[in-house]
Amino acid sequence: MDLAMTEAETLQGSTGPTGAGPEAKARSLWSDAWHQLRRNPVFIVSALLIVFLVLIAIWPQLIASGDPLKCDLGKSEQGSAPGHPFGYDTQGCDVYTRTVYGARASITVGVCATVGAALLGSVLGGLAGFFGGWWDALLSRIADIFFGIPIILGGLVLLSVVTSSTVWPVVGFIVLLGWPQISRIARGSVITAKQNDYVQAARALGASNTRMLLRHVAPNAVAPVIVVATIALGTYIALEATLSFLGVGLRPPTVSWGIDISNAAQSIRNAPHMLLWPAGALSITVLAFIMLGDAVRDALDPKLR
Amino acid sequence: MRGATHAKWAACAVAVALAATACGGGADTSGGGSGDGSGIVRSSWGDPQNPIEPANTNEVQGGKVLDMIFRGLVKYDPKTGEAQNTVAEKIDTTDSQNFTVTIKDGWTFSNGEKVTAKSFVDAWNYGAHIDNKQNNSTFFSNIEGYDEVHPESGAAKAKTMSGLVVKDDKTFTVKLSEKFSLWPQTLGYQAFSPLPQAFFKDHAGWLKKPVGNGPYVIESYTKGSGMKLRKWDDYKGEDAAKNGGVDLNVYTDNNTAYTDLMAGNIDLVDDVPAKQLKNVKNDLGDRYINQPALIIQTLVFPLYDKNWGKDGMEKVRRGLSMAINREQITKQIFQDTRTPAKDWTSPALGDKGGYDPEGCGDACKYDPAQAKKLIEEGGGLPGGKVTVTSNVDTGSHRDWMDAVCNSINNALGKGAVCTVDPVGTFADFRSRTAQFKWTGPFRSGWQADYPLIQNFLQPLYYTGASSNYGKFTDKKFDDLVDRANQESDTAKAVEDFQSAQKLLGDQMPAIPLWYQNGSAGYSENVGDVALNQFSVPVYEEITVN
Amino acid sequence: MGRYVIRRLLQMIPVFIGSTFLIFFMVYALGDPVAALFGDKAPDPATAARIRHDLYLDQPLWKQYLHYMGQIFQGDFGTAFNGQKVTELLAAAYPVTLRLTLVAIVIELIVGVTLGVVSGLRRGRAVDSSVLILTLIVISVPTFVTGYVLQFLFGVKWDVIRPTVSPDAPFGELILPGIVLALVSLAYVTRLTRTSIAENVRADYVRTAVAKGLPRRRVITRHLLRNSLIPVITFIGTDIGSLMGGAIVTEKIFNIHGVGYQIYQGILRNNAPTVVGFVTILVIVFLLANLLVDLLYAVLDPRIRYA
Repeated sequence: MDLAMTEAETLQGSTGPTGAGPEAKARSLWSDAWHQLRRNPVFIVSALLIVFLVLIAIWPQLIASGDPLKCDLGKSEQGSAPGHPFGYDTQGCDVYTRTVYGARASITVGVCATVGAALLGSVLGGLAGFFGGWWDALLSRIADIFFGIPIILGGLVLLSVVTSSTVWPVVGFIVLLGWPQISRIARGSVITAKQNDYVQAARALGASNTRMLLRHVAPNAVAPVIVVATIALGTYIALEATLSFLGVGLRPPTVSWGIDISNAAQSIRNAPHMLLWPAGALSITVLAFIMLGDAVRDALDPKLR
Repeated sequence: MRGATHAKWAACAVAVALAATACGGGADTSGGGSGDGSGIVRSSWGDPQNPIEPANTNEVQGGKVLDMIFRGLVKYDPKTGEAQNTVAEKIDTTDSQNFTVTIKDGWTFSNGEKVTAKSFVDAWNYGAHIDNKQNNSTFFSNIEGYDEVHPESGAAKAKTMSGLVVKDDKTFTVKLSEKFSLWPQTLGYQAFSPLPQAFFKDHAGWLKKPVGNGPYVIESYTKGSGMKLRKWDDYKGEDAAKNGGVDLNVYTDNNTAYTDLMAGNIDLVDDVPAKQLKNVKNDLGDRYINQPALIIQTLVFPLYDKNWGKDGMEKVRRGLSMAINREQITKQIFQDTRTPAKDWTSPALGDKGGYDPEGCGDACKYDPAQAKKLIEEGGGLPGGKVTVTSNVDTGSHRDWMDAVCNSINNALGKGAVCTVDPVGTFADFRSRTAQFKWTGPFRSGWQADYPLIQNFLQPLYYTGASSNYGKFTDKKFDDLVDRANQESDTAKAVEDFQSAQKLLGDQMPAIPLWYQNGSAGYSENVGDVALNQFSVPVYEEITVN
Repeated sequence: MGRYVIRRLLQMIPVFIGSTFLIFFMVYALGDPVAALFGDKAPDPATAARIRHDLYLDQPLWKQYLHYMGQIFQGDFGTAFNGQKVTELLAAAYPVTLRLTLVAIVIELIVGVTLGVVSGLRRGRAVDSSVLILTLIVISVPTFVTGYVLQFLFGVKWDVIRPTVSPDAPFGELILPGIVLALVSLAYVTRLTRTSIAENVRADYVRTAVAKGLPRRRVITRHLLRNSLIPVITFIGTDIGSLMGGAIVTEKIFNIHGVGYQIYQGILRNNAPTVVGFVTILVIVFLLANLLVDLLYAVLDPRIRYA
C-alpha cells in the first residue's frame, strides 16, 4: 500500500509549508486542521477503510451468509473448502464467517476502550502536567497504583463478578487499566510543550489557563497521545483475547477476533490458517487507525503546513 | 491427509509473514546432547503445591517424589495395579475390621534408621492429627480413634488413635471403626508411608531434604526450580533403580518442557500438551506413551438444585448424556488421549478390578434422536437452557466445553441452548463447588487414590460422601456399597459395586465424559519408559543408554 | 532538585500503603484459597478450618491486613503454600526479571529508536512502509505465537540457542526472550520516535544547526534525537511494569521463573502474601522508574526545572 505522505522530506530539503491553503485566513486552529485533513489522501484511504469495517461490524450478514455458531467438529482444523475459503477452526466452525462476525465485538472493544482511555488519560495527564505541584503528585501517584495492578488479578476480581454478556464490562475494565499509561504520556508532552516560547508568551500576555491549554499546549502535545492510542487500539483488541482466555472476557455466544486469535495461537503448528485471518483483520483495523492518527497529527502540526 | 497439506502450506505462509525462513516437517530432533554419562534421567516436573511430606502431598508432582523416596506396606504393580506386599510381610484379618500387620526384616531409611512398626504408627498418627493440618488426614478416618485426634471442630482430645497398637518391632494391629474388606489394598497410597524419627525431631530440616526408605535418595532440592535424586545403593527392595538417578526440572509450562525434549535438554516429559498431540508421531515417533490411567472426567449435575434434581429429570440428564458425541470429541480435541467413557470407573482397573464397559450402557452412546426424545419426555431443559461450567486456568477445559455444547446444540437443533460458563481460577471453581452453588452441570475430574472400584464410586456418589458434590442420594446405591465393603471376598465386593454402578446409569447423577490417559514422551537417551496407573513415570525402571 | 527528589520519595509511603491494601483486598475478593489445596477432593472441614485459622483467613479483612502489615514491618512477607518464604521467592525471582527487563529495554531503545529515526527521516518511503508493516504484524500476532515460533526455529530447528532459560538465567540466554518481550513495546517506541522526529525535523533549532554546517550525523544525534526522546522515555517508564509483571507469557514459554510467573501462580492459588509482596515491590520499582523519567526530562530539555 502506498503510504505517501503529503510530501517527502529530508533534513536538507525541507523548505517549509507547501500544502497550506492560499486562502490562509484567520481560521480557528481546529477548523484549519479539518480543512487540511480533508485533502490528505492518507486520511481519505483510512476513512474509507474504517467506514467499511464499521459497516461489517453493524451488518456482518452483508458479506457472510453463514452462522458463526454453527460448527461441525468433524471438520476440525481442516483447510479451505468450497464455500469455506478460510477453512475451519478447532471446533469446526467456519473461519471466514467468524472473522466477519468477530468485527463487531472487537472493533467496539478496541475503539471504545481506546477513546475512553485516551480521553480520561489525556485529560488527567494533561492537567497534571500543566498545573504541576499537588495536582501532579496526586494524579500521578493514583496512576502509579493502577499501574501496579496485574491485569490478570484485576480481570479475575473485577470481571468475574459480572454476568453480563455484553462488551461493556470489558471496555470499562480496559479503560480502567489503560488510562494511566496515556496519562503519563500526555503529562510528559504537556510538560515539554508548556516550556515553548509561545506558551510562555501567551502566559505573559495574560491568557487564561483554559485558553493556553486548549489553544497552545494541547495541539502541540497531542502527537504522542495519538501515536500511543492508535497502537493501543490493537493491543486492547488483543488484550480482550487474554481476558477471554482467562475466562473473564467476552462470553460466548459473542464472537470476537481476540477469542479466535487466542484459540488459533494454540494450534499454530497444525492449523496456522486459523490465525492468519483474524490476525489479518486485526492488522487492517490497526492500520486504518494508525493512518488516521497520522493524518490527524499532520493536520494539527502547524510546522507541517 | 488433505487437511495436513493445507496446514503445512499455510504454515509456510505464516512463517514467511513472520519473516522466518525455512519450511518443513519439523521432525528433526537434535538427537545429541546425551546425559552426563553416569546415567541420569532428566525429567520434567511441576512445582509441588504443598510441602513434600507423605500425608500432606495430594497432587501428582509431589507424589512423583514420594513414589521415588518411599515404600509403604504395599505397592501397586505398575502394570496391573495389583496391590503387592512390599514392606509388609503379611496383613492378616479374620473379620475385615481388625488387622494385624507384620513387616519384613531388613528395611531401613536412607539415614540408617530401621523401619519398624513404630515408623508406621507414628507416621499415621502424625498424619491424622488435626494440629498437623495434613491434607490427606481423611485417609486415616476409618481407623478407630480418628475422631479423638481429628474432631470435626475444636481441639484434639487425644494424641494418638486408639485403633493403632504397636505389638513389637515388627508387628502392629489396626482396628477400623467399621468393616472394610478392601482396606489392605488401600495402603499403597503414599499417605500410609512410614516416617523416620528424624522427621519428628527436625521437621523443618526434613522438609528441606526429605528422607525415606525408597530406591532413591534426595541429593539436593531447590524449591521452585528442581530436585536431584540419586540411586540409593543400600536399597533393600526388589525394585532397585536401574539408572544412576533422576533430575527433576521445574517447568513453567508443559509446552516448554516438550520443546526442551525436542531440543535434547531433557529426556522425559510426562505431560504432553494437548495441542502438540498432533505432532507427537512426527516429533518423537514411537517414543511416545499413551495409556489408560485411573482418571475419569465427568459432568456432575447439581441435584441440590430443584430444576435438576426433581423427579423426572433423570430423563433429561440421560438425554444430555446421549447428546454428547464422545467419540468425535476425544478424537478431534484430544487426539485419542481420552477414551470415551462407558462407565463411572476406569479401564485401568481391568475387568477383574471392576471396570464394566457396559456399566453406562446406551446412556453413554451418542444418539441425537433418542437424546431429543428423552429430554422432551422429561419436560425439557430447565428454562430451555443448560450452562456447562469448569475452571479454565489449567488443561484444555475450554476446548472440550465448547465441543460438548456444540454437540448438544447440534443434537437438539434448537439453537444455542447450551452455553459455557468459564471460571477463572481453580480455587474459585473449587470453592463454589464445595459450597454447592452451581445451577448447571459442572466438571469433576477424579483421579483414584488406589486402583479400587470402591474409590471411584463411594466418595463420589454415596449419600453425604466427601466428594459427592451433586448431593446425589439413593438408598439402594448406599445399601449395595455398604454390602460390598463388608464382603470378605474381593470378587464378590467388586460385583456389588458393579451392581451399584448400574443404578447410576438410570439416575445419571453425573455424565461420564471420558477416561483420561497418561501420556509421556521421551528422548533417545532413555529406554524402558512406562507410566503407572496414576500416569506417573516408573522412574526406577528407566534405563539410560 | 534535591527537595523535589525527597518529596517524591516521601510520596512513596502513601502509595505503598494504598497499593498493598488494594492488592490485599483484591486477592481477598478472589475467594477462599483453602478449597483448592485439596485438589479435586473435598477438603476435610476440620483441617480446612485449622489452615484458615493459622493463616488468619478466618478474621475480618481489616484484621488480616493489619496483621500482614505488622509482619511486613518485622521483615516477614509470609509464606507461599508450598512452605517457601515469600522473601526467598522475591530474592530468586526479581534479579532474573530485572535482567530480562534490562535486555528488553536495551533492545527497545536500540532497535526501536533506530527504526523510528530512519522511518521518521524517510517518511513515506519504502523503508517507512516496511517498518509500518512490521509494526502491524507485531501488534496482531500474539506474543505466544511469536515466542513459540522463534523458540522453535532457533532452539529446536536450527539448534543455535538453548530453547529454555536455565535457573541462573544468564544474560546470554535472555536475549531471545528479551526480544520476544520487547516486540510489542518496540512498535510503540518506533512509532513514537518516528512521530517526534518528523515533528522536530522542521524545528528552528534543527534548521539553525543545519545552517551552521554541522555534520548530518551530529545534527541527528545531538539536536534532533535529544529533543525527540521525551515521549519515548516516558513510554518506557510506563512500560517497565508490563515488562516486569506482565511478562507471564514470555516467562512461561522460555521457562523463566520470574516475577510475572510468581504473580500468576500466586493469583491462581489465591495466595495473598505472594501476590501482595511481589506487586508491592513492583509498585516501588514503578515509582522509582517514574521519578527517574521525570529527572530525565530535565536532562533532555534544560528548560524543564523542578523546584
